[in-house]
Amino acid sequence: MADGPVAELLLRRLEASDGGLDSAELAAELGVEHQAVVGAVKSLQALGEVIEAELRSTKRWELTSEGEEIAREGSHEARVFRSIPPEGLAQSELMRLPSGKVGFSKAMSNKWIRVDKSTADGPRVFRVVDSMEDEVQRRLQMVQRGQAEKLGEKERSELRKRKLLAEVTLKTYWVSKGSAFSTSISKQETELSPEMISSGSWRDRPFKPYNFLAQGVLPDSGHLHPLLKVRSQFRQIFLEMGFTEMPTDNFIESSFWNFDALFQPQQHPARDQHDTFFLRDPAEALQLPMDYVQRVKRTHSQGGYGSQGYKYNWKLDEARKNLLRTHTTSASARVLYRLAQKKPFTPAKYFSIDRVFRNETLDATHLAEFHQIEGVVADHGLTLGHLMGVLREFFTKLGITQLRFKPAYNPYTEPSMEVFSYHPGLKKWVEVGNSGVFRPEMLLPMGLPENVSVIAWGLSLERPTMIKYCINNIRELVGHKVNLQMVYNSPLCRLDAKPRPPPTQEAA
Amino acid sequence: MPTVSVKRDLLFQALGRTYTNEEFDELCFEFGLELDEITSEKEIISKEQGSVKAAGASDVVLYKIDVPANRYDLLCLEGLVRGLQVFKERIKPPVYKRVMPDGKIQKLIITEETAKIRPFAVAAVLQNIKFTKDRYDSFIELQEKLHQNICRKRALVAIGTHDLDTLSGPFTYTAKRPSDIKFKPLNKTKEYTACELMNIYKTDNHLKQYLHIIENKPLYPVIYDSNGVVLSMPPIINGDHSRITVNTRNVFIECTGTDFTKAKIVLDIIVTMFSEYCEKQFTVEAAEVVFPNGKSYTFPELAYRKEIVRADLINKKVGIRETPENLAKLLTRMYLKSEVIGDGNQIEIEIPPTRADIIHACDIVEDAAIAYGYNNIQMTLPKTYTIANQCSQEDIADKLGVDISATKAVHISNPKTAEFQVARTTLLPGLLKTIAANRKMPLPLKLFEISDIVIKDSNTDVGAKNYRHLCAVYYNKNPGFEIIHGLLDRIMQLLDVPPGEDKAGYVIRASEGPAFFPGRCAEIFAGGQSIGKLGVLHPDVITKFELTMPCSSLEINIEPFL
Repeated sequence: MADGPVAELLLRRLEASDGGLDSAELAAELGVEHQAVVGAVKSLQALGEVIEAELRSTKRWELTSEGEEIAREGSHEARVFRSIPPEGLAQSELMRLPSGKVGFSKAMSNKWIRVDKSTADGPRVFRVVDSMEDEVQRRLQMVQRGQAEKLGEKERSELRKRKLLAEVTLKTYWVSKGSAFSTSISKQETELSPEMISSGSWRDRPFKPYNFLAQGVLPDSGHLHPLLKVRSQFRQIFLEMGFTEMPTDNFIESSFWNFDALFQPQQHPARDQHDTFFLRDPAEALQLPMDYVQRVKRTHSQGGYGSQGYKYNWKLDEARKNLLRTHTTSASARVLYRLAQKKPFTPAKYFSIDRVFRNETLDATHLAEFHQIEGVVADHGLTLGHLMGVLREFFTKLGITQLRFKPAYNPYTEPSMEVFSYHPGLKKWVEVGNSGVFRPEMLLPMGLPENVSVIAWGLSLERPTMIKYCINNIRELVGHKVNLQMVYNSPLCRLDAKPRPPPTQEAA
Repeated sequence: MPTVSVKRDLLFQALGRTYTNEEFDELCFEFGLELDEITSEKEIISKEQGSVKAAGASDVVLYKIDVPANRYDLLCLEGLVRGLQVFKERIKPPVYKRVMPDGKIQKLIITEETAKIRPFAVAAVLQNIKFTKDRYDSFIELQEKLHQNICRKRALVAIGTHDLDTLSGPFTYTAKRPSDIKFKPLNKTKEYTACELMNIYKTDNHLKQYLHIIENKPLYPVIYDSNGVVLSMPPIINGDHSRITVNTRNVFIECTGTDFTKAKIVLDIIVTMFSEYCEKQFTVEAAEVVFPNGKSYTFPELAYRKEIVRADLINKKVGIRETPENLAKLLTRMYLKSEVIGDGNQIEIEIPPTRADIIHACDIVEDAAIAYGYNNIQMTLPKTYTIANQCSQEDIADKLGVDISATKAVHISNPKTAEFQVARTTLLPGLLKTIAANRKMPLPLKLFEISDIVIKDSNTDVGAKNYRHLCAVYYNKNPGFEIIHGLLDRIMQLLDVPPGEDKAGYVIRASEGPAFFPGRCAEIFAGGQSIGKLGVLHPDVITKFELTMPCSSLEINIEPFL
């Protein structure tokens, strides 16, 4: 059984026709709404190849309701003309007729009637001609008979201006037989059921095809923030390279570990209120390793270990000041100090990824807190070539292969090098990280042996994440203004994967 | 990183050749500089103030070059050119000489009153100098760059330069009550007392940043000549009387400060850079400074220091194999005149007064590596054999037994915004704010965060400690306590903690909390200790976060399970 009587009728007519049928014509012939035929066409289309239907749009002239009235009863001016008896009619009376106002002025301009203002009881209207042709009515009747094409462009537009005629677009289907045409259509099954399987009835049933263009139902699942996804990739890379994770669970740090231990002088601009968040409570570190502090003090103020030092008055109070750590290198310093206390020295590779805080001017790419990724290798006889070699392996795992190195200045590394990679999209070299060899003035006071070098590098977690997930404003990524839809939609992170090529014409 | 802006054509003229932008960028990269921007005065003004204001401005091409923060010798055109020319072996590094004047040496006498405010001063004279407009501008600009960088915005050192021919020595550096200091400062038409000046400069965009250095001090530093003419009131302003111009022939330079070492470096940099334009090139006339203890020193120091570094140390640190001769050549290109001495493996390096950044052999190693070319160094992998460990599996035991209720927040002394005054002690507000910022999202919203919070703890060396917290919220048309409770059960299942009152298990007990709706709050105990709370949030809390739906939450300390 087909869906409904219209579809059935359509199929019968189609069987009898040679070629096909027009849906609008069929509607007229069957005496049903066009919409009903369209519905039947659509439901038959859904069955597959039973019919083929081609959408056609035709423009047609149709009478407005006023136009239909005129085609039936005559134009307003004709009606006015007819209502005037030979002895004339008072103008005031004429105006009260339904067609009075429009009809009067039109009949006047057609010179069918005249007004005599000299009569005693006000102006009177008289016929001028004995008879007239109602052209407007005749033309509208032609349109009604489907002969609008016979009217001139000018005549049609005049009627349209009078709002008697309108052009309508009609969407119709040209229906023809499909490859699987049949007049006896049975109802299709939507889904396979256990009963069909057990009875075997599925063998005889047609099944409604799926619409593969529709969206599926999303599974109920949690979503990890992009930063977490990128972070776990970086952890993975470090672990693959044999790096041990450093404890970094202390956002609060003393100036000593954050700066002094790194041989960063006490007048260094980074130690300014404008760059660093200091603490009011607890304002000062309670304990410092005093032996080591003395060695650090001497190195800053007088030099030693082969260094000239900075030659200034180093103050313990300054070193005690607590702050929100400005880099995870403070944690690295603690770990290296601990390593130095272990005798004999054992080589080590460390990494950390954690939060740091800077008193920055906030904008689309800067926040007061971000995550720092840091890698450290400590061993005998490490060279600058080793640092570059490790960096090459690390960045290769990130999918970055074209590297070059620029001399740079960092207060606690010497030599220092900024790492640049070639960005094929931007067609230029962009900085991807900073690196260097820790200064002897930092390592030797810790107690590390003289021939041990420590190489280190760092980068931020946010920047690669923003690039990876095409995020321009850091506030959409970090903090409570995060866009949860972005979190829901973000794909998983494979840093070494080649970026997807933009869709091409062929692919589309 | 300081940025130096130089006229491109002037730079190329001094370098004796032209470069394309790309070529010059490449040269900078190799040398450790960065060609940051190519612009013009016109472009800068039109960017900042619109094209109308820029109409008359110069469209001479400017290079903005980023210079490493420790290379004070590259902060002006003169220094940049000298550095690059030596690097490219087009010139030999000049030797800077201090000479005694033909006549009487200029003397600066420091009185003891300066001890409390700005105890150090150094001085020198540039004799028979020839300025042009460009040279003069560069001279002023260098002082500004030094002030902003090594001088720490004049706090450590302040520079004053004067037309010596308008003054008469000896000079006195002293400190006086502000009301007793009166002079006509630069760019003013009449005399003011120091008190008046400090008030006037409060609205001066350039000078107001320096006022705090001496403001509220009983005595202000001031330098007089023998006729009582004020040279300067450091670190704020110079006197108008001795102002230098393009026509000045003899410049008296004084640097006052709180850091003696840096004052000497600053003086050395200025005189080495600009003695190029003196009649006797690269010579500087000495000045004598008498300290309050009567000791007298001659400046500028212009000290050349010798260091001996073994060639194999450089090779070993960089990872190259160059002959000692080659290494000496490389170092010489970095403005460090070097030669092989002794057993043929030792290199003697002369560190000129311009290279105050060289304080250790590692600085010399870096320069050798730069001259060798970082990108020519063979990359190798260290043979460091290690076994990786993850942090979360470490020190489980010592993190147990923490009573989080007895803790307090850590306060920031210089917060940037009202939202950032304490380090967070709980994760819940962040999640509620996230919901508030995402109210358009379909319900329910189920959010979690696992992150560190900070609390005061006098048992640690810094007096504060991080704790790893887990927080989750459920936000929907119904409170969904059972969902949050179910989440807790699932977490405990995954952590292999069974339900139950015994030592190994976890249990929740009715409790209270200001954030929770009465009767809808429970405390979570695991291993016999409280680890956090869960419950339905109080309507007051919900509305305070500008939320409208019921909400339940869970926050626990997960340190015991790490």
